[in-house]
Amino acid sequence: MRYLPLTPRDRSAMLAKIGAPDIDALFRDVPRQAVVPLSAFALPDTQGELGVERALAKLAARNVAAGAGPFFCGAGAYKHHVPASVDHLIQRSEFLTSYTPYQPEIAQGTLQYLFEFQTQVALLTGMEVANASLYDGSTAASEAVLMAQRVTRRPRVVLSGGLHPHYAATVETLAGLGGEVVRAPAEPGKSEELAALIDEGTACVVVQSPDVFGLVRDLKPIGEAAHARGALLIAVVTEAVSFGLLEPPGAQGADIVAAEGQSIGNGLNFGGPYVGLFATREKFVRQMPGRLAGETVDAAGKRGFVLTLSTREQHIRREKATSNICTNSGLCCLAFTIHLSLLGDEGFSRLARINHANASSLADRLSGVPGVSLVTPAFFNEFTLKLPKPAAPVVEQLAAKGILAGVPASRLFPGDARMRDLLIVAATETNTDEDFFAFASALTEVLS
Amino acid sequence: MTMNQTGRPTAPASSALFDAPTISGDRGLDHDEALIFELGREGVSGVDFADVRVSDARLGGQRRRAPVGLPGLSEPEIVRHYVRLSRMNYAIDSGLYPLGSCTMKHNPRLNEKVARLPGFGDLHPLAPQSAVQGALQLISELSRWLTVLTGMPAVAMSPKAGAHGELCGLLAIRAAVAARGEKRTRVLVPSSAHGTNPATAALAGFTVDEVPAKSDGHVDADALEAKLGPDVAAIMLTNPNTCGLFERRVKEIADRTHAAGAFFYCDGANFNAIAGRVRPGDLGVDAMHINLHKTFSTPHGGGGPGAGPVTLSAALAPYAPLPLLVHDKKGFRLIEDRDALPACAAPFGRLSAFHGQMGMFVRALAYMLSHGRDGVRQASEDAVLSANYILASLKDIMSAPFEGPCMHEALFDDSFLEGTGVTTLDFAKAMIDEGYHPMTMYFPLVVHGAMLIEPTESESKENLDRFISVLRALALAARAGERERFLQAPRLAPRRRLDETLAARKPVLRWKPKPLAHAAE
Amino acid sequence: MSEVRFTDQHEWVRLDGDVATIGITKYAAEQLGDVVYVELPDAGRRLSSGGEAAVVESVKAASEVYAPVSGEVTDANNAIADDPAKVNADPEGDGWFFKLKLADKGEFGKLMTADAYAEFVKGL
Repeated sequence: MRYLPLTPRDRSAMLAKIGAPDIDALFRDVPRQAVVPLSAFALPDTQGELGVERALAKLAARNVAAGAGPFFCGAGAYKHHVPASVDHLIQRSEFLTSYTPYQPEIAQGTLQYLFEFQTQVALLTGMEVANASLYDGSTAASEAVLMAQRVTRRPRVVLSGGLHPHYAATVETLAGLGGEVVRAPAEPGKSEELAALIDEGTACVVVQSPDVFGLVRDLKPIGEAAHARGALLIAVVTEAVSFGLLEPPGAQGADIVAAEGQSIGNGLNFGGPYVGLFATREKFVRQMPGRLAGETVDAAGKRGFVLTLSTREQHIRREKATSNICTNSGLCCLAFTIHLSLLGDEGFSRLARINHANASSLADRLSGVPGVSLVTPAFFNEFTLKLPKPAAPVVEQLAAKGILAGVPASRLFPGDARMRDLLIVAATETNTDEDFFAFASALTEVLS
Repeated sequence: MTMNQTGRPTAPASSALFDAPTISGDRGLDHDEALIFELGREGVSGVDFADVRVSDARLGGQRRRAPVGLPGLSEPEIVRHYVRLSRMNYAIDSGLYPLGSCTMKHNPRLNEKVARLPGFGDLHPLAPQSAVQGALQLISELSRWLTVLTGMPAVAMSPKAGAHGELCGLLAIRAAVAARGEKRTRVLVPSSAHGTNPATAALAGFTVDEVPAKSDGHVDADALEAKLGPDVAAIMLTNPNTCGLFERRVKEIADRTHAAGAFFYCDGANFNAIAGRVRPGDLGVDAMHINLHKTFSTPHGGGGPGAGPVTLSAALAPYAPLPLLVHDKKGFRLIEDRDALPACAAPFGRLSAFHGQMGMFVRALAYMLSHGRDGVRQASEDAVLSANYILASLKDIMSAPFEGPCMHEALFDDSFLEGTGVTTLDFAKAMIDEGYHPMTMYFPLVVHGAMLIEPTESESKENLDRFISVLRALALAARAGERERFLQAPRLAPRRRLDETLAARKPVLRWKPKPLAHAAE
Repeated sequence: MSEVRFTDQHEWVRLDGDVATIGITKYAAEQLGDVVYVELPDAGRRLSSGGEAAVVESVKAASEVYAPVSGEVTDANNAIADDPAKVNADPEGDGWFFKLKLADKGEFGKLMTADAYAEFVKGL
């Protein structure tokens, strides 16, 4: 088998050195009845590359890729153009096949890019310090809530109705164990009043901006309301490119920022792997979950980097750890940092402006379709439309015409009648005028 | 003769060595590299975009006031920066990576190729389900491989890493206990367990009760069974355990655990030793996470991403988190909504957004299809054989705390270094100078100065022999009093030993721009 | 005349009147390695003998410091919070952790004398 270097001769020689008659002897601690013959596994045998490629290509061909036609899905995952160098660089052996940098002397590549990544995330979010990434935006939001409960020693958590329902559900799974999670009702296109829900037992308020409907929020008033009662403001961002055009949460009073970094450097990948961005204030650094790369010097006085403040983590603190997390998002994190480095301030700003311009142009076109109205007055690259009939079947009809027309709100809010006619539409730099024209005409057709 | 003037020396004149520091500070192919922030300049970018103007009208008054502060570099500078960084890393592709419990096996490149097929890589998680049937079918096939290999009826695919999988398992157990109307708050965890086990139990709202290991490296099954009671929700065992041994009494422990009304969580980090040969389901396991980045070769990527699907027994299957994947006459379907649940399903909730680490699923399935059931079994056998070969070849000169045979990893302690003034750490650093990544150090905690070596099945016998001979020579050198070789190691890596004390006392976790000279005014 | 006593958890206590000064022993500091961080109790906090009072961290480990005697915390040594290296430099002097007002004088008498502690450490 092409991945197994040992030959039968090697195996015999090794058994002889060990002093075992056969391989079974090495498994002597396994109870006899627990050793299963190969025939017990109803699985195929070894296959060459050709066969494997064929089988997987067949499965891939049954899916409609985003690039196959006009594409407008967002709602937490966005199609952006990733420059060719990014994917090329992350596949370098020393990045792809290396491990967590536990031996820093031979992992300075990883440690330095993590340090650069942490800096970039702090700059993007307008916060003082960031970690080396968590699994994704939703688990980052969950960790932020747990951290707020620890820091404030309070159990109650208030979630804005504009928070992505998957994120809200993820937060509920963990934060609900030792506390109380209150979800404000969703009000598409509006900034709901959350202040009334914050009391002396509230650890944090979690607000997403732009929210799941695309609405850009002003976090300042809610931050002030939270701080007035000793609670923390957690800002969630699911579209990282929005940092290029909008005021960062750090400038609006956020105490913790939990964001999804997928938009930068990482493809859609049917939902994973993604990269969770996590940033906070310096004073909370010891309560922060996840890995941290820190600067130091080596024995020869040269600058170098190491994992630090590890005593927060599971391998040392065990049951008293700030989190149970062991991996970070490694390669996804690297893709993010390379892409952002390629962009720089100038490129990132232009990219963000193109996104907004495209979305704005599309919003105008689509709200011109008879029966269609724009629900979100302020947005970055994603907005919500109200259709004259249920959106989910309309999306299916448009899909049959080769157009992936966005995410029906009912997919995220099943059973909520108010959401049935709402369609969440995203437009990025990957969309063209042809796409917009195709969408508008097909929509007109389907709605008539 | 026809003259030509192109003669020049083509063989070395002498072998004398001029060993003075270089002028640049770089050494041949070893280049140092500044931070991207120190290299960047204004007005430069590695991408070309039109400079489009947008009005504030639709930005809700939230237009960014100041630039982010990202450095600007051109594409050639970026490529060079990251290529240079990469060359400061050790990797599986460079050499044997004997990290115990990490399973640093070869990462097949085919996996990278198929993961990048647009039908997988460019697929949106919330596209209409009719447009993603191939992806759902892939997840279903991978699920089938995992259930067949483990002999367990169900699997939760969404956990994003091993630790996340542990959380999934414990939350399912919590839900199952609550469904019975019982209150069980204790979880039994061996002292040899990986730190994620007690951390996860605490996170899931349980109190952790530690079970000691016996002097033979196995968990103290009698002590464990004595601790069972009506308030114990679960035991968490790693099998093979972190000392590299198969827990002989595992079936008995499982039976007693079930009899006491508790569940058996198995940490599947060491599945590489038994895949294709032993089914955890047959041993009474109720939930086991499988690290796809260990047993199934998805790349470690410098620390992630991972994937940790959790196989579940019939007792726990109903509590698997959302989303659920069903397959019927209409095709494959994700159930994301509590109102649309099949009968008996009682998910404890959602673990994360979307559906799981699809990118890692494609890679893992490519690995499984390539190996087939016979290849998976052979890989496990070779992994166990290689570890035992290392144990047998080193135990006379290094100290192994437990009698063999071991499973896929060989454990040594630091008794062989006693009196030498060389610690496990020093020994490991000397391995770096010899061109090897060190083995796992100081884990498991139950053994002093632990050295856990896991060669995996990816090494040729020649590679193993060379590795063994180097370790033998190092052990001999330490015993012969050659301290400086160890205390000054590593000498030849891109950095010497780093000051971790300074990094922890005065944490510098990001680059900061120097304040401008006139900023004070 | 102040007397110093020790616990088998490697804390020392110096009693002056009814004020107890508490820290970790030289042996403990050596075992821990470079101290990088300490977490000290707030003034006013009530501690009972054997209860968790403070945390001391090195790069690779975090250890609880237990209260050897019961009482109310009067003072925490901010000097070591600012410069944890002081704990390694002078663990049984300037590297003290916190002071408390003794609740029960009897508890002090039950602790190990310096000689008994030295013996105890030898046996470890």
